[in-house]
Amino acid sequence: MHLATYLGLLHSSLTTLADAFRQVGRGHGEEPDVRQTCLLLAGRIDRQTEALAPIVERYGEDREQEPERLHAAGLEGTRGGGVGLLRDLQDLYALSSFTDITWTVVGQAAQGLRDRELLDLVENHEQETARQLTWLRTRMKQSAPQALIAAR
Amino acid sequence: MNANPVPERIAEVWGERTPYRRGDTWPRRTDSHLEAGVGESDVDRWVQSACVLCSNGCACDIAVKDGRMVGVRGRETDLVNHGRMGPKGLYGSWQWNGKDRLTRPLIRRDGELVEAGWDTAMGLIVRRSTELLDEAGPLSHGFYTSGQLFLEEYYTLGVIGKAGLGTPHMDGNTRLCTATSAASMKESFGSDGQPGTYADIDHCDALFLFGHNMAETQTVLWSRVLDRLAGPEPPVVVVVDPRRTKVAEAAVESGGLHLAPLPGTNQALMNGLVRELIVNERVDEDYVSAHTLGFPELEKTVEPYTPGHVGEICGIDPDALVRAAEIFGTAERVLSTVLQGFYQSHQATAAACQVNNLHLLRGMIGRPGGGVLQMNGQPTAQNTRECGADGDLPGFRNWENPGHVRQLAELWNIDPMTIPHWSPPTHAMQIWRYAEQGSIRFLWISATNPAVSMPELPRIREILGKKDLFVVVQDGFRTETAEFADVVLPAALWGEKQGTFTNANRTVHLSEKAVDPPGEARADLDIFLDYARRMDFRDRDGDPLIGWRTPEEAFRAWQECSRGRLCDYSGLSYGKLRGGSGIQWPCDQERPDGTERLYADGVFTTKTDACEDYGHDLLTGGTVSAREHKALRPDGRAFLKAAEYTPPPEEPGQRYPFVCTTGRTVYHFHTRTKTGRAPKLRRAAPEPWAELAAADAAELGVTDGDLVRVESARGGVEVPARIGRVRPGVVFLPFHYGYWDTGGEDRPRAANELTMTEWDPVSKQPLFKIGAVRVRKVEG
Ligand code: SF4
Repeated sequence: MHLATYLGLLHSSLTTLADAFRQVGRGHGEEPDVRQTCLLLAGRIDRQTEALAPIVERYGEDREQEPERLHAAGLEGTRGGGVGLLRDLQDLYALSSFTDITWTVVGQAAQGLRDRELLDLVENHEQETARQLTWLRTRMKQSAPQALIAAR
Repeated sequence: MNANPVPERIAEVWGERTPYRRGDTWPRRTDSHLEAGVGESDVDRWVQSACVLCSNGCACDIAVKDGRMVGVRGRETDLVNHGRMGPKGLYGSWQWNGKDRLTRPLIRRDGELVEAGWDTAMGLIVRRSTELLDEAGPLSHGFYTSGQLFLEEYYTLGVIGKAGLGTPHMDGNTRLCTATSAASMKESFGSDGQPGTYADIDHCDALFLFGHNMAETQTVLWSRVLDRLAGPEPPVVVVVDPRRTKVAEAAVESGGLHLAPLPGTNQALMNGLVRELIVNERVDEDYVSAHTLGFPELEKTVEPYTPGHVGEICGIDPDALVRAAEIFGTAERVLSTVLQGFYQSHQATAAACQVNNLHLLRGMIGRPGGGVLQMNGQPTAQNTRECGADGDLPGFRNWENPGHVRQLAELWNIDPMTIPHWSPPTHAMQIWRYAEQGSIRFLWISATNPAVSMPELPRIREILGKKDLFVVVQDGFRTETAEFADVVLPAALWGEKQGTFTNANRTVHLSEKAVDPPGEARADLDIFLDYARRMDFRDRDGDPLIGWRTPEEAFRAWQECSRGRLCDYSGLSYGKLRGGSGIQWPCDQERPDGTERLYADGVFTTKTDACEDYGHDLLTGGTVSAREHKALRPDGRAFLKAAEYTPPPEEPGQRYPFVCTTGRTVYHFHTRTKTGRAPKLRRAAPEPWAELAAADAAELGVTDGDLVRVESARGGVEVPARIGRVRPGVVFLPFHYGYWDTGGEDRPRAANELTMTEWDPVSKQPLFKIGAVRVRKVEG
């Protein structure tokens, strides 16, 4: 069974995502809403990671296979200025989408295995990912015109 | 009408009692005050108006003698105040027309503000405006306005910004006072618009005040409550406030409760109250299933908030929470009011929505005594929300609804693309941030004083002082903010111009011009119209964009804009308002006498094509899309919005061990620009102070009157200490005080020196009520 591979991927992508949110939050401390929301979302991702623990215990996790191709790359650092903020949020958007589809894949396996606990977790997660993506989209839409047109 | 001179309202703030029974009409009593030496018979004319010094908006007449305002008298036929006036209205409304008014435009020359003519001043503004439009487009322009202008002025400014320039950067200081009120109603009911009415005080048997120190913020409304409390069948009062206020005392005396949660924990408390209603089966299930959406999520979200858990988070007695919920759950008519203790605090919109939820769960909306009043700080703040001079589109239209944008474009005869609607209009905190970053380079500030009222003043001063930011300040006085301006425009104030405004009760009043403004000062409307004319804004047919010239014409234009919307003014007119006194919108052909309560039929403004907003995630502020909204099929049902409690962004720690909470005093308003100039009000509270709990003061070695320094990571104030009745661990600072009247003494005293640049994710209202500080005695 290859579920362990995807659980490993999920685990590491969640960790990466939480780190990335923290990093963007810290790097854009001048934007208090960005800082606050990023830290809030990072905390909630941590909770999901914890909730994953019993599942990992059940099926194991394989973090070794194909590390280069499967792992979501984290952020190198944060950028400055209005466009920098946009780019960082966009990176978060990509990472968040990556975990989203990873959950979907794991959810499909959970269906096949009729694993109610895992299914619940996936469902709960879907709302969380939706929240991340919605906020990122909202914030980027807000920033884009000013950053692309008026900023000097 | 016999107007008796009333007893001194400085000590007797709420006046003598006129008790009445539940369901009766609040007795009338005419309060008046005339300048010393002026008798009733000396008055030449009484001019109809209403007070703008708090969100109550008491109706009054202005006494005029020899072309001067010499006093005021409450209008006893009015539904808002039944003739009463409080200290600010009596002593503060008209007494400022003394020496220090701005009478000529000022322009900055070689670093100094010097007098100039209107042509020169407006010429400078138009030149800079045009230059920036050519160079960078409308996104370079920002407008920061007030909650003190009239409807006609807001509407005109809204049209200038949205249809003339096409900038989304317009907001008011209403962001600091009333944004959460509007946001919570949009989230729950689909649109702004107060469901309840002040008359619910006459009918309720339980009154809940959530973060609302009504005794100080709306003194006349509080006398209505006191009169109920003094009469037969008084209501039970429950108060949520970290300070032992007069309101809290009254609550305890009424057999109710004072809950004093730690600042920043309101959402935990509210989740606990909602949970209690649910677990004790005090939910009106028929109402909830017919008229709401979201119950299962709400139930799930509040599930962990047991009384014990809430008690721990909030630092309150769990039994008190249970008892409060029991009162709410068993009373027949509950009226709730909400204000800054919630709005300017952590999770503001979420907590205010929970108040709406309590009412929805009990099916207690739209009937006598069963009302919700999401208050605001100033009466005409309601008009920024209606008219689109803040972060909204006029007429409660939805920026995400192309149909709504098209309606406006047709009304104004412009290309819909001109109206900025690609994202929510920019909120004040973001406007300042763009100015800080240099992408907004033209900032027009009218009738407000951000150099004292905004959070984190050292930062605001730095922004205002930036070389590449062109600042226009339009006001009646040379405020702290005016000192930073490139151009200062002298504006007429209340009583010196004509217009209408609404209060938190949806009551529209006409305020007539009683006297001429001093010197060359002009009505704000005339100033905006002059700018529009000089900028030559035109519509699609090449006609002037703005076709009105007088307040009454502006009002008619607004009536068309509001037609068919929740805030429908089409049935009103200056004539109708002049004859009567105070009419509540919506007022149209079917409802010519206005509307006392909204949503009596349980049908809310949540249809996807009608609503003002599709809603937000309360934790992050992420917006719900039109598609998602439609998929929920709200169709007139209200939303039961839920959010878990999260800890506030700043909590006391080792370096800063206290929570600082700021707030108002009964005698002052705003930054004391007006009230500080009224001698009686000034004498009543000349200086700010820091209120400390007795135990904390003892530990700090501070006695009453000692000078203390209260300091956060951002800045500090040095003010005398008052041993007060805040809960231990909390420091209270009144936030009206600035620097214009310090007489050269330069110790910092504006509370906002130390408040933080943080805001609620949904309403974007800044968090003035929490912040970690340290306190030490300043050695004399
Ligand atoms: S209660 Fe408010 S509106 Fe009424 S007189 Fe006092 S300040 Fe003015």
